[in-house]
Amino acid sequence: MKNVKVYGPGCKRCETTEVMVRDAAANLGIEVDVEKVTDPRSIAMAGVMSTPGISVDGKLVHVGGLPDAAKLEGWLTA
Amino acid sequence: MTTRVHELGTLRSAPDWVWYAGVIVAAVVLWLAYGQLIPFSEWVTSLLPVARDSHTGEAIAFFVYDVPKVLLLLTGIVFVTGVLRSWFSPEKTRAILAGKREILGYPLAALLGVLTPFCSCSSVPLFIGFVSAGIPLGVTFSFLIAGPMVGPVGLGLLYGLVGWQIATIYLVFGFMIATFAGWMLGRMGLERYLQDWVRELNAGPVGELPEERLTLADRLKIGLEQVREIVGKVWIWVLIGIGIGAAIHGYVPEEMMLRIMGGEAWWSVPAAVVVGVPMYTNAAGVIPIVEALLGKGAALGTTLAFMMSVIALSLPEMIILKQVLTYRLIAIFVAVVSMGILATGFLFNALL
Repeated sequence: MKNVKVYGPGCKRCETTEVMVRDAAANLGIEVDVEKVTDPRSIAMAGVMSTPGISVDGKLVHVGGLPDAAKLEGWLTA
Repeated sequence: MTTRVHELGTLRSAPDWVWYAGVIVAAVVLWLAYGQLIPFSEWVTSLLPVARDSHTGEAIAFFVYDVPKVLLLLTGIVFVTGVLRSWFSPEKTRAILAGKREILGYPLAALLGVLTPFCSCSSVPLFIGFVSAGIPLGVTFSFLIAGPMVGPVGLGLLYGLVGWQIATIYLVFGFMIATFAGWMLGRMGLERYLQDWVRELNAGPVGELPEERLTLADRLKIGLEQVREIVGKVWIWVLIGIGIGAAIHGYVPEEMMLRIMGGEAWWSVPAAVVVGVPMYTNAAGVIPIVEALLGKGAALGTTLAFMMSVIALSLPEMIILKQVLTYRLIAIFVAVVSMGILATGFLFNALL
């Protein structure tokens, strides 16, 4: 099971990102464990400066906005 | 505030030429509509059962003229800004600033503050990201002041509603305040007033992202996405701001305005700052008020001070920054920026 972290202090786009991650996983038929990181300290420590950001299995793959759906599926299957 | 492509459905897969053509057609339509604003507002006002030259008639004409005008301008500005900012990111800005000599850092940070997309909701991670990469605290402040203070939305609306002269004055002084306030704060050695945990952070950035390659059509999509998001969020502030502006335009007598916000009353500048700081709206909401104030004869310095303190210093932003700064540092920050604003206000009231 892949561990996906969504970094964001809780703005609307961060929530949308989380939904997009779940949708993408459901589309691909893979199980993911989605964790939301809202604490600014943890966000910054992960190297994210512009939110929302996404990491997959500990590797940062995206920052600074809503992800592209096609790319998102790519990260989840990589 | 970069936003990647999302939720555009079939548009997303449209070929590039559809995007280019769409943008050109939209620009022409907006431009034509912009030319019809006065006939439109006079026509709407004439439909209503009020005398055109009454207080109410004046207020309604102001409102009906300004609402479509501000929304059209806002759409255009946000789109262009969204496209231009797609070439910038906080990560790139940090890389540029981290290698610079401190003295060059202040003006450069102020400039990048205007160009870098970032939303106030991520100002804390951004702050930490800058400071932990070794960017001096003062330079970071220059960046954080310039972003809201000299934002393209405020400048563009000022240009469209009040004129290029005042927009230029605002640009120059806003930029100078961001540069000098950052420099002063940097000289004060305030690192000890950061929250403890921030000072203990020395872990550099860990995330290295491959840069995404964007085509021009991708950037246009980002611009459109920005329009949907920002115009969708601020339109209510725009209506409130124009409503207040219309009330001032229609009902406030000129002599009263001269007494309160005229150049004669020396206390009007500090009063404008005291009123402006706790007021929270965005640039799009405050500029119609500025338009009405200037139209009624308010002094330029007082009005500039009011506008700058509303836009640049806001309570919600202080609350966000509280996570990384102590109250003491927040107070010093507000005091230094306010001094810059006061100086600008007094200067223009004395000159004009």
